[in-house]
Amino acid sequence: MSDSGLRGIVVAHGAMAGGLVDAVQSIAGIEEGVLVAVSNRGLSPQALADRVRDAANGHSSIVFTDLPSGSCGSAARMLIRNTSGVGVVCGVNLAMLLDFVTHRHLSVDELLERLVTKARDSIQSVAAPAPQHGDPAVQG
Amino acid sequence: MAILLFRVDERLIHGQVVVGWGNELRPDTIAVVDDDLAESDWEQDLYRLGLVEGMHAVFETVADAMDHLDGWIADSSRTVLLTRDITTMLRLAGAGQLRGREVNIGGLHYASGRDAVLPYVYLDADQRDALSALLDHGADVSAQDLPGGRRVRAERLLRGGEE
Repeated sequence: MSDSGLRGIVVAHGAMAGGLVDAVQSIAGIEEGVLVAVSNRGLSPQALADRVRDAANGHSSIVFTDLPSGSCGSAARMLIRNTSGVGVVCGVNLAMLLDFVTHRHLSVDELLERLVTKARDSIQSVAAPAPQHGDPAVQG
Repeated sequence: MAILLFRVDERLIHGQVVVGWGNELRPDTIAVVDDDLAESDWEQDLYRLGLVEGMHAVFETVADAMDHLDGWIADSSRTVLLTRDITTMLRLAGAGQLRGREVNIGGLHYASGRDAVLPYVYLDADQRDALSALLDHGADVSAQDLPGGRRVRAERLLRGGEE
């Protein structure tokens, strides 16, 4: 990573973190190290917390977790308890990460609020449109 | 019996317990027996984040839990009891209250010095000794991560796991 923007660390169950980082890479073409994936698979709570801390490696970072609780949420919360310059956002989704990689020059505090808003805005329900007169679907 | 599950899981309150076993057993109480956690309010708050509606958690030292165990077993609550390691469960078994009861090994993951027994069970020498002692206390011990998962008896874990 050649610039001074924030680092993102995605911490999630199973293969989810790697899949999200791969999706961001395929859409945005990020540099190596901008987003780091950490899976909790097979890791004790302490080993996972160590893995997240190592991924931050002293960089100002945002830690993205899939759930607010459980091993991933706990590892992130433990990191910010002992580390400055790190923020945590729970409930990671792809829209959130895409916004992060294009705005990671902002401060941790600015990003925390922004990312939650972006992620929420991306969650939408879409109902099927009401049938129109003449629509083949409503004709005998 | 009001203690529906005695489980060793170093992640304590997390998805497999709350969702996986929770949907199967419908507990209303999660009793975490751990000397360190019983003294740490902020860590208790962290673990309580993982509870779902209708569940509450209590955090007790081993000594307090030994005093309360008969009451938990007798009362009408539906309780899942968790320890983070086999050694703590063994201490709880010290008074003979786990004789004949099932103890579930649900998650002891990789750490330095531990050998893989199952994908979710890694044991070091101390945990193997504690597992043997737990069997000596008459507990019926097996590994099973989720209700639908395969149950692997402790004797097989001590022989090295799956065959």
